Amino acid sequence: MSQPSVPSSGKDGGLRVPSNGKTIYHRPLNRTKTAEISQASFAYLFGEMVTYAQRRVKGVQELEQRLNVQGHAIGLKLLDLLLHREPPRSQHRPTNILALLHFIRTSLWTHLFARAADRLEKSADPENPDDYMIIDNEPLVNAFISVPKDMSSLNCAAFVAGIVEGVCDGADFPGKVTAHSVPEGEMWPGKTVFLIKFRSEVVEREAYLGKS
Amino acid sequence: MTVFALIVINKAGGLIYNKNFHDGLNKISTNDYLVLAGTFHGVHAITARLTPIRPPAPPAGLRPEQVSGLEVLETENFRMQCFNTLTGVKFLLFTDTTQTNVDVTIRKVYDLYADYVMKNPFYSLEMPIRCEMFDRKLQSYVREINNR
Repeated sequence: MSQPSVPSSGKDGGLRVPSNGKTIYHRPLNRTKTAEISQASFAYLFGEMVTYAQRRVKGVQELEQRLNVQGHAIGLKLLDLLLHREPPRSQHRPTNILALLHFIRTSLWTHLFARAADRLEKSADPENPDDYMIIDNEPLVNAFISVPKDMSSLNCAAFVAGIVEGVCDGADFPGKVTAHSVPEGEMWPGKTVFLIKFRSEVVEREAYLGKS
Repeated sequence: MTVFALIVINKAGGLIYNKNFHDGLNKISTNDYLVLAGTFHGVHAITARLTPIRPPAPPAGLRPEQVSGLEVLETENFRMQCFNTLTGVKFLLFTDTTQTNVDVTIRKVYDLYADYVMKNPFYSLEMPIRCEMFDRKLQSYVREINNR
């Protein structure tokens, strides 16, 4: 049998790694310059995902839950993939809440939507001081979606919330992530807040680690 | 130069969207709008049959080109342009008689329709268009033209 043309590290057996260290996990499958996909095809696909979820549910909450679940698996995988693509020096998992949220806001958002999320905030509400919010003024998934009046509380970015939840779960920061529409006048009618509620043990652990 | 109004008619001749962009137009009732849409649909079908010239034979393997039917209607006070999509949706744009490049405008309206109506999972085909995004984008696009 002839040797594969890919340059290998030369060791017999085991995993072959190209000499430049780049495996198929290091770049997107699609090799175009910007590695982007058509927004129209994504919009149609996402539209069908919403329709699919909608056929099997009774209320808005259940629909959001379904979209959330669809995104969760993606989040789990993306955490590993994105960390794998980081340069080896900074290739460690986020170990505190802020590092995790920063990773989501920049790396995850840039990978998915080609820009960072607009803002990251900590809840100012004294009753829930440990809630965090990621704010996106114009979520890409909602670009072409108008929600009918009778479902006004629905926000299809629940799918993105699911992805975020997947990343949090994968990093062992379990919690609940939900998407809420907070229109801001004429400027940002589709503004969305992703509300992240970590479980109490995560918050406890964070406080404990913070002290030491 | 002003764009007065837009009407969208589905392939069965039903009215699915109408919008006025100009104050001071004659108001007509919703029922009249429906009748107008249905009538226009019929007239359009007739005009498409009236073509005196036999269309050229299509190249082998292709379908014959659709006969266009009525495209522009002009009166002393307004001009109406009709754009018939391949799927049979009709866009009627009412403008004043001096308006130029209406075909470009109507194409853009079609673009907006393709984006904000057809890509919206909550829109059911052939039904009246109730899409907030479409309204908003259309409104701002027409405002831009009318203020030019």
